[in-house]
Amino acid sequence: MKKEITVTINGETRTATVEPRMLLAHFIREQLRLTGTHIGCDTSNCGACTILVNGKSIKSCTMLAIQADGKEIITVEGLATVDGLHPIQEGFHLNHGLHCGYCTPGMMLRAVELLAGNPNPSEEEIRWGISGNLCRCTGYNNIVKAIQYAGAKMRGEELPSTEPQFV
Amino acid sequence: MGHSMKRKEDARFIQGKGHYVDDIHLPGMLHMDIVRSPYAYAKIKSINTEEALKVPGVLAVVTGRDLEKYNLHWMPTIMSDTQMVLPTDTVMYQAQEVAAVIATDRYAARDGKEAVIVEYEPMKPIIDPYKALSPDAPVLRTDKPGKTDNHIWHWEAGNKEATDKVFAGADVVVKEQMYIPRIHVASIETCGCVADYDKVNNHLTMYMTTQAPHAIRTVIALVAGHVGLTEEKIRVVSPDIGGGFGGKVPVYPGYVVAIAVSFLVGKPVKWVEDRSENLQADSFARDYHITAEMAGTREGKILATRFKVLADHGYTDASANPSKFPTGLFSIGTGSYNYGTAFMEADAVYTNKPPGGVAYRCSFRVTEAVHAVERITDRFALEIGKDPAQLRMENFIKKEEFPWKSPTGWEYDSGDYHAGLRKAMDVVGYEALRREQAEKRQRGELMGIGISTFTEIVGAGPSKDFDILGIKMFDSAEIRVHPTGKAIARFGTKSQGQGHETTYAQIVAEELGIPAEHVQVEEGDTDTAPYGLGTYASRSTPTAGAAAAVAARKLRDKARKIAAHLLEVSEEDLEWEPGKFTVKGAPEKAKTIQEIVFAAYTNHPQGMEAGFEATHYYDPPNLTFPSGAYICVVDIDKETGEPKIRRFVAIDDCGNIINPMIVQGQVHGGLTQGLAPAMYEQLIYDEDGNILNGTFMDYLVPTAVESPSWETGHTVTPSPHHPIGAKGVGESPTVGAPPAIANAIVDALSHLGVTHIDIPITPIKIWKILKQKGVIQ
Repeated sequence: MKKEITVTINGETRTATVEPRMLLAHFIREQLRLTGTHIGCDTSNCGACTILVNGKSIKSCTMLAIQADGKEIITVEGLATVDGLHPIQEGFHLNHGLHCGYCTPGMMLRAVELLAGNPNPSEEEIRWGISGNLCRCTGYNNIVKAIQYAGAKMRGEELPSTEPQFV
Repeated sequence: MGHSMKRKEDARFIQGKGHYVDDIHLPGMLHMDIVRSPYAYAKIKSINTEEALKVPGVLAVVTGRDLEKYNLHWMPTIMSDTQMVLPTDTVMYQAQEVAAVIATDRYAARDGKEAVIVEYEPMKPIIDPYKALSPDAPVLRTDKPGKTDNHIWHWEAGNKEATDKVFAGADVVVKEQMYIPRIHVASIETCGCVADYDKVNNHLTMYMTTQAPHAIRTVIALVAGHVGLTEEKIRVVSPDIGGGFGGKVPVYPGYVVAIAVSFLVGKPVKWVEDRSENLQADSFARDYHITAEMAGTREGKILATRFKVLADHGYTDASANPSKFPTGLFSIGTGSYNYGTAFMEADAVYTNKPPGGVAYRCSFRVTEAVHAVERITDRFALEIGKDPAQLRMENFIKKEEFPWKSPTGWEYDSGDYHAGLRKAMDVVGYEALRREQAEKRQRGELMGIGISTFTEIVGAGPSKDFDILGIKMFDSAEIRVHPTGKAIARFGTKSQGQGHETTYAQIVAEELGIPAEHVQVEEGDTDTAPYGLGTYASRSTPTAGAAAAVAARKLRDKARKIAAHLLEVSEEDLEWEPGKFTVKGAPEKAKTIQEIVFAAYTNHPQGMEAGFEATHYYDPPNLTFPSGAYICVVDIDKETGEPKIRRFVAIDDCGNIINPMIVQGQVHGGLTQGLAPAMYEQLIYDEDGNILNGTFMDYLVPTAVESPSWETGHTVTPSPHHPIGAKGVGESPTVGAPPAIANAIVDALSHLGVTHIDIPITPIKIWKILKQKGVIQ
């Protein structure tokens, strides 16, 4: 009944035996013990479990582990490199784009794909781009700023101010 | 103070190293899933576990009858009501816990849950709270001996006689019936726990999603002491929490069952609820039916307010309020205005809905009160034809009138309401917007401007009046500075995203001169942190933050003694400047705090206690009263009824600001949680008690698209009694935003004769009004 699968996750090849019904989110969290991918709902609305599968952002609760066989996966644990934080991580930190941190991994991975397809998105494009990911703490203002910052950094342009702006 | 230090806690969260309850994995850990009732009210005829126990991996099914053997099938609520852990005879609301399945993994537990067969005999539920009070309504709480109706309590504040007299003689009286709907905090992390009972050492470690770990430990000891679990044998750990907003204050049945099972089998038991279970069964917020009235003069002087509330608590009163405050701090509802007469009353009832209510990012029912007073103030302005900003300016309590004694007995500590509203009006360009609105009305376009100028009440609270289950609502800080001048500071509160690790470190840094980078903050482990009542109701900075300042000042007093010893001068000859003591008149003679701390371990004066640590339990002399002036500009599509927020300006006053970046972040988030019930969120039940939107598919938490780009700023009126002049802020925007939005939408439609619309104000509600008024043909 169980099936053997092999995935490349954050650059590492892992082989495991899973039940065919096992959700990819549970496989990553409980079998591979990468708990940075979170689960926030049971209807694929919240996006807390968003990861990259072959470069595409996927809600990992909507995919079975066996469907990821042979695929390349990036989770939040794979964003930083030996050179330091990924620009999106830097953006979230410097712009106060997170409070409790629960939605943050999914939000960042969604943003990574958004910026890959649209390196200089408008505020409206960012807001629509992350509309599959819910955040209950931040009110989104600073998540938008964080993604704009990461975009500027990835384009090699002058970085926007990370000081809070008050009216 | 006043430095937007980047958060110390971010490093782990942005790298996937946060540590939440569901991340905990212990050897031999079992998983629990819960069978829930499909009916709102039914007798349980039988529970058949035979098939469930055949499912591979399923070890046990626990029912109310099993818990009854240990007298663990009932538990008290925070409001000293009673609640079933698991039922033995009757279910009282849909999604109520009926049985728990214990299995070796998550999937087996779910399979087992599907295989439990429960036979019910459905009964006719009471869903409408008004019907619950009718004399012929069946009594729901038949478990309470002698109970003859569904009434829970009656509450009053203010002066009824004086208020009725003012109303009887007033030129102008306005009245609106308002419903503040039942909503859900919906933190993105749901609730859960890992109960880990060690039989050999008779010791329980309870990892759980709680905002108040110390109080929970005491409650467990009180409830389970008779089976041998005494308080020193219980350790409650609240790890990283994925948002709380009040929903993680109560004790839910799942926690209790997990403890009971772990206690019986001696293995760790994990329970983490689904989102749907979270929305359908965990404590709701609000659900207040309010009749609000205001009396005043034709010229615009407010004279009195009168509020009457019907509070629907569902199956049991599981509110998270201080013991003596059944309506929380609803009596703040006289608002920011200078008048001397008010009366408020409330009655609470039982219905066949899930129990509650909790805060939803609000200090104990303040949101309900503020909505009532800010809506009825606008209604009054409309009635007498005065601009609502002007009416507010004319009736505000003046800056020099603080401390202000309110008609319901509060003493507001400080405020400058005129400055806040003036600033908000300048930023938004109020006068120009009013001109634009007048022009648009000529053209038949719909645009509205809504104001909310609220007074919050946070930082519960002074021990004279405030306790939870008898435990006074102080909070605590313990600062321990190591020989090399680096510190660990521990608190009785628990952050759920508010950034305590940074803010508290900044307070210690400010008072003690040690860089905030060198202050490690810890909370949430009852074995190590000093006792405190936890984080909710914007109380952390007013209570534990104050405790940090006072504890640091105790250390500074000790530092002065050591510095005098080291510099061979008297204590009076020393001057403190951040980070060091210098000799008056000889600034080159100085000792840094690091040198002083090192001496506390290596060269302390003879007769002085060695080491460098201090603890303080802070009992606040009063609450703090933050305020805000919010202005919302709304455009309404006259074909579809869709309202769109064009601008939202929020000027908050939370006294002295420790970290402006974190305060602004709290305001952004709070505003979005104010937007949510104003326009999107409501838990809806049909007449049989079925929830119609119990999942994230249909319970509409705002996304980045619905949320406007918030414009925020502040005025600063320090609290005169808080050690560093700070007030709470995390909930102000949730309290202040809904009436600003509602007032804007009503303002856009007021020329059509509209005086009130209940929140959430959805496009269909507006469309129906436009249709009725003939705007849409």
